[in-house]
Amino acid sequence: MLLKKHHIVEKNVFVLILGIFLTIIIGGIVEIVPLFTMEQTIEKVEGVRPYSPLEQAGRNIYIREGCYNCHSQQIRPFRDEVERYGHYSLAAESMYDHPFQWGSKRTGPDLARVGGKYSNAWHVAHMIDPRAVVPESIMPGYPFLAERKLDFDDARAHLETLKMVGVPYTDEMIEAAKADLYLQASEDAAYDDDFLARYPNAATGDFDGNPAELTEMDALVAYLQVLGRMVDFTTYNPQMNLR
Amino acid sequence: MSTQVEKDQVSGRETTGHEWDGIKELNTPLPSWWVYVFWITVIWSVGYWVVYPSWPTANDYLKGTFGTTNRTELHETMANVAAERAPYMERLAALDVSEIANDSELLNFSMAGGKAVFADNCAPCHGTGGSGNPGFPSLQDDAWLWGGTLDAINETLHVGIRWDANEDTRFNDMPAFGRDELLERDQIEDVVEYVLSFTGRETDAAAADRGAVVFEENCASCHGEDAKGIQDLGAPNLTDAIWLYGGSKETLTETVMNSRSGVMPAWGGRLDEETIKMLTVYVHSLGGGQ
Repeated sequence: MLLKKHHIVEKNVFVLILGIFLTIIIGGIVEIVPLFTMEQTIEKVEGVRPYSPLEQAGRNIYIREGCYNCHSQQIRPFRDEVERYGHYSLAAESMYDHPFQWGSKRTGPDLARVGGKYSNAWHVAHMIDPRAVVPESIMPGYPFLAERKLDFDDARAHLETLKMVGVPYTDEMIEAAKADLYLQASEDAAYDDDFLARYPNAATGDFDGNPAELTEMDALVAYLQVLGRMVDFTTYNPQMNLR
Repeated sequence: MSTQVEKDQVSGRETTGHEWDGIKELNTPLPSWWVYVFWITVIWSVGYWVVYPSWPTANDYLKGTFGTTNRTELHETMANVAAERAPYMERLAALDVSEIANDSELLNFSMAGGKAVFADNCAPCHGTGGSGNPGFPSLQDDAWLWGGTLDAINETLHVGIRWDANEDTRFNDMPAFGRDELLERDQIEDVVEYVLSFTGRETDAAAADRGAVVFEENCASCHGEDAKGIQDLGAPNLTDAIWLYGGSKETLTETVMNSRSGVMPAWGGRLDEETIKMLTVYVHSLGGGQ
């Protein structure tokens, strides 16, 4: 019987490697390929757009500082999460995330819908000294973000790179990348129809309480303020997306 | 490695051919009961494929005869929760916030629900139990910027404060008297001395007298002639020794120089009407309700 012959695999390293290789290939094909062919992997929703250059810069800071080590961006479809954080996360909401920020290991709260939940001033006060506003917090402070000027020279390169991996930035967006990055943190952005057409729903204006300078804090707060606010749930039909 | 199968003479089992200091390792097979359980689980898994979502197909997947999905289960759970709460929620929807207190059962429900929602959404700024933080007002005292009646709290929760996305948001705009050069530096110092005098602190009396004129001309239209504030304008009382940003000379000077414009998100749309009513009742009960 074949089962008695397993010592052949165990005693010949090349046969073993071949066996491992075949197993991984089959597993990969079965698990990964359907995600590209199934039409319903990503829900069809209104409103999800690529991040604006300032939000993208904030996202890079979020990743650089390792925020994901304690904060997930994935509200799972369970009662306790939905009652606390709001509608469960949709795949569509992170389709332009490279890399995504899903997870279930949380030391801090989930941030998938933190956008619009608190004021900019709160985010800044909390980032500078979390215990100043939330005494029981164990989050480290990030006061230096308010002092460091944002490195914006590579705004355009970031957008171009993301476009290569499938984020639908238009030529117009790439062309205006650096200007948009400045614009979003100014009072003018709220009245700039071109900017708002490119990035609907973007939070605009000075974020860090210091209009004179564009800091890393501006970028990070701009990013946090858009999280979970893109999908228009008034046009979303959950019955179409049960899975 | 030995390829020659060797039998152990005592147990009659095959050895693995490994030997350490004369001790040989037996190649004892797995207990048969274990092997049977293993095969049963393999067969059981076939049943799982049939009833639960399993294999992918070309552009779909096998849904399983039970039709189970996380999202369906959640919708069912939430429907049950909604059904349990429905008797209360219907009453909450029908009643005005001022009438909730007449129904003690509904009041209990609202207080418990309001407390939970407050902890999730409001406590990061206003503090646990509404004790407040610098720049984020305490909800436990009698000082209200925009009014502490049930209706006023309910309205503030709906529309927020300086929340641009809401058209009806509560809004006022104190001038930045220093930054925008509306007042001279010494005028600002004088008016700060005058404001300090309201709360019985030592001030330069001559400066405060000069400041009274500045106050009359620049501040009284919002904060009132008596400086007790005007809630319709969201202008705080300056005589009650309760300070949102701090009442020291330095902080007050900073406030007059650059103004303050705290922001509160609008919760209408983010939370449903009934939840906002529960929250209103809870916030009103924290100590300062009018």
